[in-house]
Amino acid sequence: MGHLTTGKLCQMTETPLTRAANATPPSVARKIKGLSDRAIAWIFVGPTIFLLLAINIFPLIWTINLSFTNFRANRPNREVEYVGLRNYERILTDTDIWLNMQATAHFLFWTIVLQVLIGFTLAYLINKKFKGNDLWTTIIVLPMMLSPAVVGNFWKFLYQPQIGLFNYIVAFFTGKDPSSFEMLGQVNLAPWSIVIVDTWMWTPFVMLICLAGLRSIPDYIYEAAEIDRASKWRQFWTITVPMVMPFLMLAVLFRGIENFKMFDLVVQLTGGGPGSTTELTSINLKREAFEKWRTGYASAYAIILFVTVFGLASIYVKALNKVKER
Amino acid sequence: MKYSKLTAVSALSLAAAGFGASAQAEDLTLCWAAWDPANALVELSKEFEAQSGHTMNFEFIPWPNFADRMLNELNSGGNLCDLLIGDSQWIGGGAENGHYVKLNDFFDAEGISMGDFADATVYAYSTWPKGSENYYALPAMGDANGWFYRKDWFERDDIRAAFQEATGRELAEPKTQKELLEIAQFFQEREIDGQTVYGAAIFTERGSEGITMGVTGALYPWGFKYENTPGSYDMEGAVNSPEAVEALEFYKEFYETATPPGYTNSYMGESLDAFKSGQVAMAMNWFAFFPGLYADPNTGGDKIDFFVNPPQNQAGSTLGGQGISVVAYSDKQDAALEYIKWFADPEVQQKWWDLGGYSAHNAVLESPTFKDSAPFAGDFLEAMGAVQDFWQEPAYAELLLAMQKRIHDYVVADQGTAKEALDKLIEDWTETFEDEGKL
Repeated sequence: MGHLTTGKLCQMTETPLTRAANATPPSVARKIKGLSDRAIAWIFVGPTIFLLLAINIFPLIWTINLSFTNFRANRPNREVEYVGLRNYERILTDTDIWLNMQATAHFLFWTIVLQVLIGFTLAYLINKKFKGNDLWTTIIVLPMMLSPAVVGNFWKFLYQPQIGLFNYIVAFFTGKDPSSFEMLGQVNLAPWSIVIVDTWMWTPFVMLICLAGLRSIPDYIYEAAEIDRASKWRQFWTITVPMVMPFLMLAVLFRGIENFKMFDLVVQLTGGGPGSTTELTSINLKREAFEKWRTGYASAYAIILFVTVFGLASIYVKALNKVKER
Repeated sequence: MKYSKLTAVSALSLAAAGFGASAQAEDLTLCWAAWDPANALVELSKEFEAQSGHTMNFEFIPWPNFADRMLNELNSGGNLCDLLIGDSQWIGGGAENGHYVKLNDFFDAEGISMGDFADATVYAYSTWPKGSENYYALPAMGDANGWFYRKDWFERDDIRAAFQEATGRELAEPKTQKELLEIAQFFQEREIDGQTVYGAAIFTERGSEGITMGVTGALYPWGFKYENTPGSYDMEGAVNSPEAVEALEFYKEFYETATPPGYTNSYMGESLDAFKSGQVAMAMNWFAFFPGLYADPNTGGDKIDFFVNPPQNQAGSTLGGQGISVVAYSDKQDAALEYIKWFADPEVQQKWWDLGGYSAHNAVLESPTFKDSAPFAGDFLEAMGAVQDFWQEPAYAELLLAMQKRIHDYVVADQGTAKEALDKLIEDWTETFEDEGKL
């Protein structure tokens, strides 16, 4: 009877807090009663922090530790020696690694430039209302839904000098013999071949982000500009571009980080060749770590790359926040 | 006589062991590369299953990922494989890192003699350190890099006349590396039956071992050596000798003047495709593929013939092939050893050859009928008499990747000179051996 009365009273003044309190078993409630808010907060975030420490922070610290050793994961019985900064010194003075860095920078720069230009243009066009708009959007985003391994394999066929469609299209427009150039086999063309494929695959991603930006601009701003007799050109540069800029910068950040660690697509296409022309840092790092098994050396390499990406991304995020504040 | 004695001995030992009756039936997994001989082994192993009561499972990995996948498996102490037919270069790492079971006691107890197998295969596939009598594998699949060509084209009068006119000699199987190049260049971009064909398919693959296996096909006949004195790791003057430089320049010329367009990252599969599609007059590949090539309905039979890698300053072929080892992390080692014992039997070895595998057992190789048993059998014997292998050190993967890079940089990417490529290779290898504490 007493329970019923209490229950009725609760129902009468029920809030989410009282509901939660009522749902808590009396024994637990008694135990929690003595805890401060701070302690309760720690109980809730504790598991997450523990997981973060176990999955992210501990491996990072362990990697830093390994980077000062000559450890090899395939020789567990070999004595591990601390070699100081020798791994770092070797990496930073290795001309081959600097060539890999250059190849990565080339890939990163041109894929971002092309994807931003083409992605924004496509988003601008798709944003206009026309018949079949949705169908075209779907068709355009198809490439980014494919697996990079599949994309790499079929572009390999497209680039084939004797039967490849790409070579035939180029030949059609230039009058060259299709088998007179090898996109994947020539030192001067191979870096561009991977840029083209990545641009084909990931421009739709940039387009979608830009489209979100374009659709977030309220119509009344353009209407006000029309009333002020601003030209379309001026509207574009003073309304569209500044308001889409944070979205565009976000897309650049995502693509930059993704392409810095690009691996699968390029391995399928060129395997890092010809020679080492398209051997991006991630491919080289994988070879050092899991083919040569120079774990200590590869750890130092990974730390250098981590610091590079982290440093660049931090600077970039600060710039992004400034643009947002404007 | 010897053959029948061996058969009798093995029959007796099988009977004595009585396996199948007493042993506990196990599920064994054998790991190997995914290629034609693997299918033959599946067929052959049915007999073992019937005799022993064990069940055989197979894990076959495509060649480009084979080393990666299997070495990761071994390095992580995985027990996926009870038996592993691992590449010859893994023997050092397999032995020193404790991945393979040492087989000496087992061989002694079972009366398996390494003297019954071809010397070159025992040396290359079974022993570590080299030259010792420590056995970690039984020679399972003899192999070397050889050549095959379009016999029907070589026999055509119009082509023979054109060749005679162009070179002043008869079109025939090449007797030297330079003749090989000359023939390949003759066929390059030639119109045959209205189709443009090319000289030869060679190995240029960058990612795993392809271009190294290809270029050593030129380096060895020129007299290339890894060290001045075996075991000393003194490479200066050996790896970058004038002969090595000349051989490397030769391979680059071959790549540039006698291969199909787009042939920049090609290995076994691409070589087979180029030949079977009628694109090339000649191709290099492992003998393991030759039975399948001969049986091909379009380009096999009368249309194909085979030759050993031609000599230049000396005879020399790149060694392929593998030994079969028991994985130290397997919990079914007894059953795995039973398989090895069964496989070592001369009768089984003969069946292995008949099914398309390359036996290394002397009872098979020295049989008077062996040379005529297949059109490539004689070439195989000749090749195995002059094979040379890559480093078999525990750090072989590192040594191999360095060579892949330096050779591909020079041959395909056209960077630097042959001498510079070999000098850099010595630097890379020296660094590796220093890290290993061997220099």
